[in-house]
Amino acid sequence: MHLLFIKQMNINLNQICKHFGKLQANDHISLLIPGGTIQGILGENGAGKSTLMKILSGFIQADEGEVILDGVQVRIHSPADAIQHGVGMLHQDPLDFPPMRVIDNFVLGQSGGLFPDWKSVVDEFKQLSEQFDFKLRHDAYVDMLTVGERQQLEILRLLWLGAQVIILDEPTTGISALQKQKLFETLKILAGRGKTVIFVSHKLEDVENLCDRVVVLRQGKLVGEQLKPFNTKNLVNMMFGKSIALEESKSHSTDRIAFELRDLSLEEERIQIQNIDLKIQAGEVIGLAGMEGSGQRPFMQACAGFLRPVHGRILVNGRDMTGMNYPAFKRQGVGYMPASRLEEGMIPGLTLSEHFILAGQQEGLFIDHDQWQEVTREKIRDYNIRGKPESPVESLSGGNQQRALLALLQQPLKLVLLEHPTRGLDIESVIYTWGKLKERCCDGAAIIYTSSDLEEILLYSDRILVFFSGKVSAPLSARGTSVAQLGNLIGGKDWARIKTGVGVTA
Amino acid sequence: MMKKRWLNLGFQLSALVLALGFTTLILLATKTDPWQAYKYIIIGSISSLRKFTDVLVSFVPLLLVSSGLLVTFSAGLWNIGVEGQITLGAIATTWVLRLLQDSSLAPGLIIALAMLAGMLGGALWASLAGALKTYGGVNEIFGGLGLNFVATALTLWLIFGPWKRPGIGSMSGTEPFPNTLWLPMISGFRLSLWGLGLGVFFIILIYFLMKGTYFGLRIKAVGKNLKAAYLLGVPTTRYLMLAFILGGALAGLTGAIQVTAVYHRLIPSISSGYGFLGLLVAMLVNFQAIWVAPIALFFAALNIGSIQLPIVLKLDSTLSGVLQGVLVLFVLLMDGVRQMITRRSGGAS
Ligand SMILES: Nc1ncnc2c1ncn2[C@@H]1O[C@H](COP(=O)(O)OP(=O)(O)OP(=O)(O)O)[C@@H](O)[C@H]1O
Ligand SMILES: [Mg+2]
Repeated sequence: MHLLFIKQMNINLNQICKHFGKLQANDHISLLIPGGTIQGILGENGAGKSTLMKILSGFIQADEGEVILDGVQVRIHSPADAIQHGVGMLHQDPLDFPPMRVIDNFVLGQSGGLFPDWKSVVDEFKQLSEQFDFKLRHDAYVDMLTVGERQQLEILRLLWLGAQVIILDEPTTGISALQKQKLFETLKILAGRGKTVIFVSHKLEDVENLCDRVVVLRQGKLVGEQLKPFNTKNLVNMMFGKSIALEESKSHSTDRIAFELRDLSLEEERIQIQNIDLKIQAGEVIGLAGMEGSGQRPFMQACAGFLRPVHGRILVNGRDMTGMNYPAFKRQGVGYMPASRLEEGMIPGLTLSEHFILAGQQEGLFIDHDQWQEVTREKIRDYNIRGKPESPVESLSGGNQQRALLALLQQPLKLVLLEHPTRGLDIESVIYTWGKLKERCCDGAAIIYTSSDLEEILLYSDRILVFFSGKVSAPLSARGTSVAQLGNLIGGKDWARIKTGVGVTA
Repeated sequence: MMKKRWLNLGFQLSALVLALGFTTLILLATKTDPWQAYKYIIIGSISSLRKFTDVLVSFVPLLLVSSGLLVTFSAGLWNIGVEGQITLGAIATTWVLRLLQDSSLAPGLIIALAMLAGMLGGALWASLAGALKTYGGVNEIFGGLGLNFVATALTLWLIFGPWKRPGIGSMSGTEPFPNTLWLPMISGFRLSLWGLGLGVFFIILIYFLMKGTYFGLRIKAVGKNLKAAYLLGVPTTRYLMLAFILGGALAGLTGAIQVTAVYHRLIPSISSGYGFLGLLVAMLVNFQAIWVAPIALFFAALNIGSIQLPIVLKLDSTLSGVLQGVLVLFVLLMDGVRQMITRRSGGAS
């Protein structure tokens, strides 16, 4: 079908400018992307990457500058307009999905026919879905999907709508290494067939593995360009204006038990987890590895009190919390940070300051705005958020929303549950954020987090639980595990050699 | 920021102009002189002190209902059940008045107790819709509609059954209360300063509640994103219920005032459509408490001003309803246009 057409589209962005109030988000950016290539876009949080991509895909309009597609200057007024021109964008935060079925969402935005031919649409959907080995069921409801799965759905939909140019704004943070590999293969095939792929990411190695060419944005300006093969050091320098090195992370594990699961069994629509025994020490960091949808989410939700276990007990600091709800867990010092930032984490339309008020302690009846303004300023400084107390949260860049989410977690906590804590953060901020999290460990908090980045899991965890379709490994020591081993386990290999479910305290 | 505010005002004003234009077209289509119609509306509402106090009589219930609806709206709730809540307020008030009218209690105390009962009745009726929503998963629109029907049926049953006038029950309602049990009126007018005072008091209260308190912020958070509010630590069920109860209490108070200050008895259509009109006001003000009073006053003026249209122009008095409805539609429309424009340039997606 349309995947077989060989048609190339050259993109020429000329002197694009965009400002928000006093802030110059895009400052005279010019960029030429030849058809059939994979163009990487790098830059620290708030550099202006998403803004530039939103302009190209019609979500917002540039103040100045031209978009020229195949030599023709075009005005792109809306995302629908963009797709007409063959430009499709995958959002950084795949939100705003109405509660409909996957397949309904899939046909949404299709032009032509009043009545979709369901059978052939479903067939095409399945066919596309298989190509990427996505485990999306066409009759599942979108609001039940994980962030990663929503991204998958969006990719399929854009391809199906016949996009010539596919823009992916940080697509790799929600999906597993294996799925990422598949995605990359597919993107390469697509490029081979003449499609243009624009890939925005913070992960240098992803960009280096995938892209043919890279540009770096910094404070709204285009500051550099490289062709394959890339010079990593140079790229980092362009992004941050200095070089950055990963440091060995220290363990703060103590021998006091902060959290305990006894013979816990969970059941959710698609997945069952059985007989987990686990003791986590205060100060310990536990990483959950596995493909999206392998059971990490129900596990986390049970630990936070959203999901009632069908069997077994949950103990926080020695107190039996089985069967209690989230507010009770929260009062016991359990904090939870969801993956979807603007959907579950924060409230679009309210300001940063109002978020800190909501998350904070009530004092009296009336809000002392000056005092909270001060509190917010402190958090902004402390977590390095680029924004003002009165900024509505939706106006923050993705990375800055993430920092705000982390800053909103109460202090102190006994157990911190984090879904993809560094999703969308640039390298510098990842290091900084883990510094902040480890400070909490120092104060005696235990951390359980998910991440699709195996390096991150190995670097920052003390122990690791691997999830594979509802099976949970015994905790593995992060020191004694390699990326390759972890990768195999996530893919369902080598499970015969490890114990499952039985927790051995390290 | 300043610029944005002016822009919003511009859009709202243009909505007003469009609504007037549209209504004018309708008038022209029915071969009525629009100037005459508008002139009579204005004359009919402010030409004399008597008329202006009548406007205020209509303003009080509208103000109270709209203040309550502002709270439920902010919590993201479509409190369609507000008509039933007014009715239940009126029923509860009538009940207490009937119960105590022959007692030796001071009349002032009886009135106060009856009005409190009215607030409770409204709150109770609202909390039913709230419980249906939060515990039963029934959308508040359907729950509210159902409860409205029940409330109307209950009123009719009471008027024609247990509370019927000596002799036969009639559509004109229950036996009027003696004027010792009326809210004090300004002599010679139908207006009760007590009612007006309560209306003004509550809109000010709601203004500060929504603007400056933890309660107001939490209600807003619940309305904008229930899930996130819950995760941030807001007890969402409690706040949804509180919004219903507060909105219902104010609707109940409206019913109480209609009984104690306007009709002095229970009549079949005691809510007089103020609930639905209040929904229009609440939609128009778009969560801003500061606008409730002026808009409610404007609507009340339209109500009263159009009363004499049938007599002088042979025009149905529902013209005010047309203008009010059209105005809301155009304001919503212009708001959509404004959002489309600002999204383009602001990119708040
Ligand atoms: N609608 C808006 N209103 C106000 N400021 C905005 C808006 N959208 C973006 N900004 C600001 O513009 C700057 C660039 O934002 P952008 O989202 O393009 O960054 P980014 O490079 O994608 O960052 P990240 O890596 O964190 O996603 C940020 O400082 C952001 O706060
Ligand atoms: Mg971004």
